Formats: sequence, C-alpha cells, structure tokens
Amino acid sequence: MRIGVLALQGDFIEHRQMLEALGVTAVEVRLPDQLAHLDGLIIPGGESTTIGKLAVMYGFMEPLRQFARTKGMWGTCAGMIFMAKDVGADQPLLGIMDIVVERNAFGRQVDSFEADLVVPALRDGETRPFPAVFIRAPKLVEAKGDARIMAALPDGTAVATQQGKWLATSFHPELTGDGRFHEYFLNLLKT
Amino acid sequence: MSDNGNVQKNGQAASFKVKAGLAQMLKGGVIMDVVTPEQAMIAEDAGAVAVMALERVPADIRVQGGVARMSDPGLIKEIMASVSIPVMAKVRIGHFVEAQILEVLGVDYIDESEVLTPADEEYHIYKHPFKVPFVCGCRNLGEALRRIGEGAAMIRTKGEAGTGDVVEAVRHARTVFGEIRRLQLMPDEELMTYAKNIGAPFSVVKEVKELGRLPVVNFAAGGIATPADAALMMQLGVDGVFVGSGIFKSGDPASRAKAIVQATTHYSNPEILAEVSENLGEPMVGINVSSLPEEEQLAVRGW
Repeated sequence: MRIGVLALQGDFIEHRQMLEALGVTAVEVRLPDQLAHLDGLIIPGGESTTIGKLAVMYGFMEPLRQFARTKGMWGTCAGMIFMAKDVGADQPLLGIMDIVVERNAFGRQVDSFEADLVVPALRDGETRPFPAVFIRAPKLVEAKGDARIMAALPDGTAVATQQGKWLATSFHPELTGDGRFHEYFLNLLKT
Repeated sequence: MSDNGNVQKNGQAASFKVKAGLAQMLKGGVIMDVVTPEQAMIAEDAGAVAVMALERVPADIRVQGGVARMSDPGLIKEIMASVSIPVMAKVRIGHFVEAQILEVLGVDYIDESEVLTPADEEYHIYKHPFKVPFVCGCRNLGEALRRIGEGAAMIRTKGEAGTGDVVEAVRHARTVFGEIRRLQLMPDEELMTYAKNIGAPFSVVKEVKELGRLPVVNFAAGGIATPADAALMMQLGVDGVFVGSGIFKSGDPASRAKAIVQATTHYSNPEILAEVSENLGEPMVGINVSSLPEEEQLAVRGW
C-alpha cells in the first residue's frame, strides 16, 4: 500500500514514520501530480491557514477533492480543519466532510493538553485508552449527514469523526507511540 | 482569556510533550517578526506559521542601541487579537519575571532571546515550571543541550540577528549538525567526558546519540533575508526558519514573505526557488557580520 502525506507544512515526518513502522510505503506530497498512484492521503497537523494558502497557490484544491471522491483521506488537527465544510472563518478549505469545526476551540497554547480517550472503533479500543495530544486543537461542533462521532472527551466534546473513508481527529496520533489510529485508517482503505 | 476549565476536566495540561508538540506543528514553516497588528496580518496572509511580536526588529535594535526589553504587553495583546496563528514574544535572557508576564498574557511561545539585552549574565530561566513553552538560541550542541536541560521545548540556531547576512546561521547549523554526526559515532564510554567537555547534561547527550537529532524541533534564525537563504537552511537540515528583519525591512514585504514561505516548503526544488525569487524588490540592506566588532555581535550572548 502507498499512502501519501501532504507535506506542504506541519508534522508530516511524524506521520511518515508512523506509516513506515506499520510497514506501508509513505510518500511526501508537495505537488498535485504526486497524488497519482496513492491509496490514501493524510493531511498532517500544522497551521491550517499556511497549509490552505500553499494548497491554493500550487493548484491542489480540485485534485484533492477529486482524490477524496474515490480514496481515503485523514486529517489530524489542521487537517481536520482543512477537510471540514464549515469552520466559521474565511480561509481556504477542501470542504469535503459534513462537519462543523471550531478552530483553537480549547484556547491558546497554555491550554493545550493530553487526555486518554476511549475509542471503541480501534483495536482494544474499549479496554485500552488512546493517548491523545491536543495542541491549540479544534473541536468538532457538529457531525452532519453520514459523518459519525468516533470519540469524545469526558465533558462530551466530540474530537474524532468518520464519514465513509474519511477520518478527522482534533488530536495528533502521530505524536504518540500508539499506531492504532494509523492502523484503523489503513484497514479502512482496504474495505 | 485562557479557559483552563476545559483542560482540568479533560486531561493533563502543559506536559513537555504538549510544549514540544506545538513546535512540531510549526515545522516546515516560517515564523516572522512583526511590530504592528497590520504586519501580523500581512504575515498571516503570506502563510506564516506564527509571528514574533516585537516593538523593534533586530535591525532597528542594532541601529538605535540602548537596552532592549520585553515588548509592551498592550502591543502583544493587539497582535494576538489580530491573527489566528500562534504568537510568540521575546524575553531577556534570565528575566523570568518578563516570562511570567508573557505567560499570563497567553502568548503561545516565549523566545528567551539574545537579541534583547541580557538580564542575567550567568543564568538562563529555569523553564520547566512554566506552562508556556520556550524557544532558545544556540551556536553549538553544548549550548542547545544546556537550554533543553533547562526546559526549552524548541531550539533555534542563533545566526546573527538584524544583519541580513546568513553566514552565522550557516555556521551555527553546520556546527550543531556536525557535532551530532560525530556524537553518533562515539562509543558509549566516551559520552560522559564528551558531556563534560561541551557542558551538556549527560542524559540529553545520550538521547541525542540515540535519536541522531536534537530531541526537540530546531529552526534556523539570524540573517535569513531571501527565499534562497531559507531553502539553504532547510537543505542543511533545520526544521523551519525564523525571519526577523528580513521581511519588513525589505522593499516589498508581502511578496517577500510569500516567497520565503514557498521556498521553505519547496526547499529542494530549484525550479520553484528560481520562480519565487523573481521580482521581489529590494532586500533588506545588510551588514557583513565580518565587519561587526565582537561587542556588537548578539550571538555571543548566552551561557
């Protein structure tokens, strides 16, 4: 399997390393023609405004939307914002997932945090919590249509969602040593 | 301004992972010095990953002289209100009260910076107890690891700020990467003496040998003025760049800022570098570092 990681800006190397540890070929994608022959794409954490502006400058928007029509895509943090239809702000968005996302919803960096999440969809998800890292994180305000919520914080805030072959997480599985979210994404691509 | 209710209810705040994690999100990006909210918005529009809020850019600090201190909190708050990207601000080396003030303001990163006049000529800030993460400058591996030992969650090679001359940034990056490469070849019995010789904590020396890189993100700073300079530093192996005076002291800041952002992403693609380097107007007027007397060099500040 060949998985692309959008490498315009952000922590794409961490995703690449996680994918390689799971035995798949990971490809850094900086130009639209590099989307060819990929089975799925991860949009990493980073600054969503920077990633969005670079994506527009290099003609990525339509090719990415096209890609998502048939392939799996997963956005972490900035990537979640980028995939959302509505973030309540004027910035470039792919707008493919039927989700409403609020940027920097937990506050500034001093409010960033770690939390253990129960994510039933993951392997051993009921018994072994997933260590989630939230950095200036967005929250999922609403999942519409067939987008469903995969995980929430103890206070009920939704932080992970799936819509068909698309995933979006407010947090950063690529910063943990736990590969179960990446594994889940890879399994999704096989279905 | 900061709603800690969220954090307390849901998990563990301000761990080192969370502090170092923000720097990981900035990788492959450009952090720009700005002195007004208008400049901050130009930087955000150009694709900056963060801005450094300052009263004066290093080039002006150099010309005007005097004691350079933490910026007015009012200005920092205005800049924070003007953009959605992270906002950093500088404190003087060793001035932990300036750091306490910036933490209360809610800045996203503190730069304990040699560009300001040092407040302590012996000790840096003990950075571990702060919730806000710190970035610190270095010229070599020993200096980087002392700062990490004190709690820095991000490192930047110092370069020589406010000159527009990239030579010191190159020297410092090459020094750090060269030392890491040599460390990787050292047998374990040599590590303690090596740690003693470079004045670095043994545990961090050991960690760097195992990782083959610094345990935190490492940006380049000090003298980057063109897209080619940014790409040069990226090809040397840094994770991203700070551009201080180089943008807003140039003829056409918006175009130059955008070009440097693109050069940092496409640093290994000379065709794109050639394209984005065209028609940027006048770069900042530079100062050759070799013509600067040692007492005017900022990089030597830090212990």
